[in-house]
Amino acid sequence: MSMWFWVLAAAAIAYVSKLVGYLVPDAVLDHPLVPRLAGLVTAGLLAALVVMNTFASGTELVLDARVGALVVAGVALWLRAPFLAVVILGALTAALLRWAG
Amino acid sequence: MNGSSSVTVGSESVIPWRSSPAVRVGLSLGIATGLYGISFGALSIAAGLTFWQTQALSALMFTGGSQFAFIGVLSGGGTGAAALGAASLLGVRNTVYGMTMNALLRPRSWRKAVAAQVTIDESNAAASAQPTGVERKRGFWVAGVSVFLLWNLFTAVGALLGDAVGDPGQWGLDGAAVAAFLGLLWPRLRDREPLAVAVVCGVVTAISIPLVPSGIPVLVAAVVALAWGLVGARSARKTVRS
Repeated sequence: MSMWFWVLAAAAIAYVSKLVGYLVPDAVLDHPLVPRLAGLVTAGLLAALVVMNTFASGTELVLDARVGALVVAGVALWLRAPFLAVVILGALTAALLRWAG
Repeated sequence: MNGSSSVTVGSESVIPWRSSPAVRVGLSLGIATGLYGISFGALSIAAGLTFWQTQALSALMFTGGSQFAFIGVLSGGGTGAAALGAASLLGVRNTVYGMTMNALLRPRSWRKAVAAQVTIDESNAAASAQPTGVERKRGFWVAGVSVFLLWNLFTAVGALLGDAVGDPGQWGLDGAAVAAFLGLLWPRLRDREPLAVAVVCGVVTAISIPLVPSGIPVLVAAVVALAWGLVGARSARKTVRS
């Protein structure tokens, strides 16, 4: 299957997810499980993506310059740095560590 | 000051556009969020997508978390199907935003279809923070439309830059991806339960990376989060009853 198919299909699903919210009856909206599950799945998925992008190399776990980027980004966020600064610091850290070692 | 120039519609006094806090919040969210479209554009090219596929994600998918998830799975060696799965699961929260905005703003007919496309973290936040109906509408639309325009503009800039720099590892773009995901996760860690779920899902992902094909660990983590949410809700209800 070509990558264009997955890009367009995923975009269509994203739009339908948004639109469904405008079309569902209020009874569903009032159910406390809906916002709860959406919030927890979002947190869980983002944590998984952090771990995968830091430690995965194919199907292997590796420790490399990306770990340094993770630590520096964490410190920057803790110091309330804005998102863009955090991303740039992450890139600089990984690049510097690779250049040094 | 502004009192003399404000008009009253029904029982609600309407602040003029130029001094509206909702418009100001919406515009600043648009600029701040739009700018990091640069990192999405560059990372998407590094993950192997073309310029136009990258642009299609920003214009059509238009929800940052899902877009980063899509390219994050691809750059980890996952398939297009796994990328679609991760992006779609992250997009579920937009359904909740859609329901909230529908209840708050009550858009009619075709406006629902347009409002849906700009229903994202930022427009939801800009609207929810306002005290009156008119200001909520302004917050939603100004944030939604300005993020859309700037996010797409800066995605193109980032994609062109990404094309120009070549090897992503050498420039630390893989480090940028790590930082971007942590930055998206960070504001959700304030409460104890999402923090616990994030830790558990992170560990589950690390354990499953060597065991299952690329891209699948993210979906395993999503299932764990979903199960946690369901089981936790049930035990909470039991506690209330007893």
